[in-house]
Amino acid sequence: MKFLHLIWSNLRRKKLRTSLTLLSIIVAFVLFGLLSAIQQALVGGVALAGADRLIVREKVSIINLLPVSYEARMDRIPGVDFSTHQTWFGGVYQDPKNFFMQNPVEPEKFLKMHPEIILPPDEEKAWLATRTGAIVGRRTAERFHWKIGDKVPIQSTIWTQPDGSQTWTFDIVGIYDGKDKGTDTTPMFFRYDYFDEARQQWGKGKVGWYTIRIKDPSQAAEVAKRVDAEFENSPAETKTEPEGAFIQGWASQLGNIVFIVAAILSAVFFTILLVTGNTMAQAVRERTGELGVLKAIGFSNGQVVALVLAESCLLTVIGGAVGLGLARAITPVVAQNLAGLLPMFFLPTRDLFIGLGLSIALGFVTGIFPALQAMRLRVADALRRM
Amino acid sequence: MSGPLNWLSQIGSITKFGLLSLPQRRGAVAATVIGIAGVVAVLVGVLSIAAGFRQAMAVSGSPDGAIILRSGADSEMVSGFGRDETRVIADTPGIARTAQGPLASAELFVIIDLPKRSTGTDANVPLRGVEPAALLVRDNLKIVQGRMFEWGKDEVIVGRGAAQEFAGLEVGSKIKVGRYEWPVVGIFSANGGVAESEIWTDAKILQDAYNRGDSFQSVSVRLNSPDAFQAFKDSLTSNPQLNVQVIRQTDYYAQQSETLTRLITTLGFLIAFLMAVGAVFGALNTMYSAVAARTREIATLRALGFGGGAVVASLMVESLLLALVGGVIGGTLAYVAFNNFHTSTMNFQSFSQITFAFKVTPQLLARGIVWAAVIGLIGGLFPAIRAARLPIASALREL
Repeated sequence: MKFLHLIWSNLRRKKLRTSLTLLSIIVAFVLFGLLSAIQQALVGGVALAGADRLIVREKVSIINLLPVSYEARMDRIPGVDFSTHQTWFGGVYQDPKNFFMQNPVEPEKFLKMHPEIILPPDEEKAWLATRTGAIVGRRTAERFHWKIGDKVPIQSTIWTQPDGSQTWTFDIVGIYDGKDKGTDTTPMFFRYDYFDEARQQWGKGKVGWYTIRIKDPSQAAEVAKRVDAEFENSPAETKTEPEGAFIQGWASQLGNIVFIVAAILSAVFFTILLVTGNTMAQAVRERTGELGVLKAIGFSNGQVVALVLAESCLLTVIGGAVGLGLARAITPVVAQNLAGLLPMFFLPTRDLFIGLGLSIALGFVTGIFPALQAMRLRVADALRRM
Repeated sequence: MSGPLNWLSQIGSITKFGLLSLPQRRGAVAATVIGIAGVVAVLVGVLSIAAGFRQAMAVSGSPDGAIILRSGADSEMVSGFGRDETRVIADTPGIARTAQGPLASAELFVIIDLPKRSTGTDANVPLRGVEPAALLVRDNLKIVQGRMFEWGKDEVIVGRGAAQEFAGLEVGSKIKVGRYEWPVVGIFSANGGVAESEIWTDAKILQDAYNRGDSFQSVSVRLNSPDAFQAFKDSLTSNPQLNVQVIRQTDYYAQQSETLTRLITTLGFLIAFLMAVGAVFGALNTMYSAVAARTREIATLRALGFGGGAVVASLMVESLLLALVGGVIGGTLAYVAFNNFHTSTMNFQSFSQITFAFKVTPQLLARGIVWAAVIGLIGGLFPAIRAARLPIASALREL
């Protein structure tokens, strides 16, 4: 620690150069933060998926519906605690750009199945009492300035009412929050009994997919097999998989996101590595004489290496911390603009630590070659260059 | 020597000095060039995704083609017609005709799950039921392997893109749709258009497999001429028997690609912009150190009577040249790595997979070079001004 002052003065020797390098490191880490947030938004749901939940969908395609009668049959399958269903409503509020998900559900079972959805008890009671009631996530409520008691018209392109009308009006009876930061609070949920009665003949008694709670998460594969066997050779065969795998598969439909993000990040870091490495090398080269003096007055090789490394690490860590801080500050703003598209866009704390780790690694890699150079310096040669 | 010529020759000789001294500053120069190459490669690479997607959509529509959906439906997925309605549509004047009848194909559009080759996870692959006119309604449709399916038989043909991206679609293999197993008998191309992402079969076969009765989801037609569109549209929308919307094929595909293109372009520019800012700092660093290393040299030149303006200009030229080299390297890298790179993604509007190839177009390359030039100019400007302002006497004393 006593050398901190020395390291600091070295960094301040060429203020312009240091600040330029610092700025490029900051930019790199802002980028890292944003890309982490994108990745979180696309595949982050996998980590939050319930280990004790399975998703059952129609085997040929998720757009094909399943009979509502499957619920009772599933509940009888050994290992299944209980099951409930959802259906894709695909409605539009005012403008197709205002996209968010709305699904009809069975309120009581739905809330029991999804403990990550936090709804005040009186609002839950109101939902159970209001046939046309709907609950909406905090994020969507804030986005459209909806309050409890509002009547919201939603246009559905899929589900028409018997009079041919495509407008469904729901009463907002509750606004829910997520248990975790990553919980998606954009969807709206409304009552299946209302939906099924009001929808046109087509599709009546059919639902989109089921969620099953299993008694023992370690039995997931066996239970999934049993469920699929139960409905084999029926007109609507099923495909059952753990919720995590389902979300993962969904994200993969977009493309190989993890790969793309990793590719961009490596390009960015490689570039920054060059810029910073070059700066460090220059800084050490200019100070050959001084390093010689340090060695002459008794600094060991190890100490010289440590000094140079500490300098480069200090630079990258400051840059990394500022960059990550900035990224953390701007992601909520970006998220506002992406609202419907990427509901779970935020920078997780885990990635902040990964970023800090990366910044130390970056400092080490850029500093190590100049440091070794400094170590190999022979005192006599160095002093002669003064 | 006249004024401007003299000035130019001054710039020329200082630039030459600078360029000749580049090998002494190898590390710094390489860092700048590679840094800028990185920016350009990422910019061009990311935007080539959007360009490829847009191109796939653009070649899918022909100006004399139109698609008819139920009014209010924003994609085929949620549209629907009965046989009587599709018949009325096919008989509307304005549609081109052959000996076999009007060029109108009533179609069904569903999705089946097939594993993606790249990730092994299930993807929503579009399966389309068509009528015989379908091949004439779309441009450039060709069977490239195997043969066309026989009408009325349980057979399918597969688009070239789909066959590449999803497993189990080779000629000779079978796809499972519910209780049915349909052999793949051919692969078709559509000039890189959207149809290449799809699996095609006879609409009647698909109706039976999906218990759809005699219903369809959309009608695709080819008109007598692009100008016939308005009259055709008016006669359909004013027909009391129908409740439809008529969209030009080109507009339909443009609208289908809008969300994804916007998302990719926004993210692409954001990433490239941030990287460019980083690269500007890198370029500034290089040029400042170039100026620092050549303080004496520049001061000597100034003492000999070279103008400050010439010093600024020549340093800018040097920085610009370095940046352009970086830009060319980056553009080449992007071209080699990304041009015609095949992939597939989810098209939100139709809820199904669409396969396409990245396209590194000349416009994108030009844009990359322009970015590189701007980075180079900004990176060169401030150090150049500093160099020109150096007090000659004190700089010479650094000897």
